[in-house]
Amino acid sequence: MVRSYIPKSYGEALDILSKGDLTIMAGGTDLMVKKRNRAGLLPSFQKDVLFLSGIKELSYINKENSSVRIGSMTTLEEILYSKQIPSLLREAAAIMASPGIRHTATLGGNIGNASPAGDTLPVLYLYNAMIIIESKRQTREVPIEEFITGPGRTTFGPGELIKEIVLEEAKFNVLYYKKIGGRKTDAISKVSFAAGAFARNGIVEDIRMAFGAVSPRVARDRGIEDSIKGTPAAGILDLAEEIRNGYGNIINPIDDQRSNAKYRKKCCMNMIDDFLGKVFAEQ
Amino acid sequence: MAEIRFILNGAETVVNEDPTMRLLDVLRDLMGLTGAKEGCGEGECGACSVLVDHDIVNSCIMPLGNAAGRDIMTIEEFSKTERYNVISRAYEDAGAVQCGFCIPGMIIATESLLNKNPHPSEIEIRDGLSGNLCRCTGYNMIVKAIQLAAERGDGLW
Repeated sequence: MVRSYIPKSYGEALDILSKGDLTIMAGGTDLMVKKRNRAGLLPSFQKDVLFLSGIKELSYINKENSSVRIGSMTTLEEILYSKQIPSLLREAAAIMASPGIRHTATLGGNIGNASPAGDTLPVLYLYNAMIIIESKRQTREVPIEEFITGPGRTTFGPGELIKEIVLEEAKFNVLYYKKIGGRKTDAISKVSFAAGAFARNGIVEDIRMAFGAVSPRVARDRGIEDSIKGTPAAGILDLAEEIRNGYGNIINPIDDQRSNAKYRKKCCMNMIDDFLGKVFAEQ
Repeated sequence: MAEIRFILNGAETVVNEDPTMRLLDVLRDLMGLTGAKEGCGEGECGACSVLVDHDIVNSCIMPLGNAAGRDIMTIEEFSKTERYNVISRAYEDAGAVQCGFCIPGMIIATESLLNKNPHPSEIEIRDGLSGNLCRCTGYNMIVKAIQLAAERGDGLW
């Protein structure tokens, strides 16, 4: 039987983590399903388990001058109802899972889980999220693009925990979020797409696009974005084919039980067009 | 094994169990509270719903360790309240109950919703119920029941 640790403070959690290799349990809404066992048996954890839900210090949403700091144990429901959170992230939270899961599932858990279909992730990429990771010895700040390295894989080092997520302020006047799933609730995304643009005086000053569930990691290409910046919004539809081709090259959807590669790719292309149409309308 | 303390149905409770044990198993097997059911066992159907700090939670994917220090209420305790009486009567009058398996979870979802939003719109009701599956009614009668409960129980929430 594995041992369990239920620290009451963040410091205590880092102490425990510094002494061994543990499975970190945040809300548990994904982990408990993965470790599910036959009826009447305990879930099948192989490593000792560290429970974080008692650590109130990690549950907060603080807006500072140009950024929002979100404690890693903040639940999706708290994000959904917080006016300090960018509306795009609230929109993503609103169609994640169900109320029962959102009351316990956490933002830190969605990141640490590193699923390519994690629904907060495309939005976090869009806001250049920095992940603040701490161990007893050090603190490091890692951009989310570097933190998640593949499906279920992160750059977590020994003894480390996600402390908080920092979202950079972004000025958008066109916002776009769409999740395509089998149903509205409790669906793992077939594809998700988050995008934002800022057009002023007819010029696209900023544009960002991120796709979930169509490549091993969320797909965002700053090169493509930079190539659009500074161009007239009125001409953006002329660039559509080039933009679609650009993303077509970097996304790499798969066939699985939820959907197939062809459909996923088609959805991505259609959503790019739909979004660019909205940017065009903003000129 | 660890000593886990929480409030269960209003009473200080201590259990000495493995903290990875599912809250649902703690409730049903250790406490004899069988109102919460196991449907899918993976958080999709809501039959296992309980109130944690008065918010709906799927007890089949909540480990006991995450229940430490929380206030847990099951349908057994909620059914002693006036709010329950209003909801229960509304479910009866709307014909919202057929086989009954999902109903404890549906009522927990109803309470969690009305507690936050005493006069929900139909869309808000459907969102509030979105984690609870019912294979009998087709949901329309349940939505109706909640509208009825919100109307009749005006002031209770």
